[in-house]
Amino acid sequence: MKQFEIVEESINPEVYREWTLNSKQGAIVVFTGHVREWTKGIKTEYLAYEAYVPMAEKKMSQIGDEIAEKWPGTIVAIAHRIGELQISDIAVVISVSSPHRRDAYEANEYAIERIKEIVPIWKKEIWEDGEEWQGSQKQYHSSSIMEDES
Amino acid sequence: MKVLYFAHLKEILNIKEEQITLSKDLTVLDFKQYLNEQHPELKDETYQIAVNEEFVQDQSVVTNEDIIALIPPVSGG
Repeated sequence: MKQFEIVEESINPEVYREWTLNSKQGAIVVFTGHVREWTKGIKTEYLAYEAYVPMAEKKMSQIGDEIAEKWPGTIVAIAHRIGELQISDIAVVISVSSPHRRDAYEANEYAIERIKEIVPIWKKEIWEDGEEWQGSQKQYHSSSIMEDES
Repeated sequence: MKVLYFAHLKEILNIKEEQITLSKDLTVLDFKQYLNEQHPELKDETYQIAVNEEFVQDQSVVTNEDIIALIPPVSGG
């Protein structure tokens, strides 16, 4: 595994959880995002994810850098799966360890929000009667361009 | 330069990448204009430009040595 990676096979969260553990850490928060069957009353058959792989891994690594700066002492690992995913499959895992739990919770939530803003991964929903690429669920992208923080 | 298309944009153009040779370097803004002329289907689409795997601003410059990607609104997670 890599600390920040796009994968094509099923995700085992335990691998990432273990990777973020060392003797300094007193807490690990592991988030897994799953394929949901029902969205706004529409039944999803399955999802297809696509990524611009090298850039996606680079941007996930950037999120890791942002977290290291905001929550010193945390360790982060992120994997996102691409290809066809069935209902309840894990699409993304984020493991954050920290000496104390609060930072791990906060950093983990920050990571998923940033993934939805700056990581070039796209989700296509396939329904019984059609399919559609989903756009950003968040307002796009003011924060995606790195600028000097003033 | 190599230009990469993803997701919805790849489907409307029916290509995932193409090789383009510019007669001169262009700003990102001018390059978008150029792309819209080459591919009118892109005119109403929302996308950002990434150059060599980094998001760039409209005043950045693109050259024939670059790898360009059109990034539609992302929806990972």
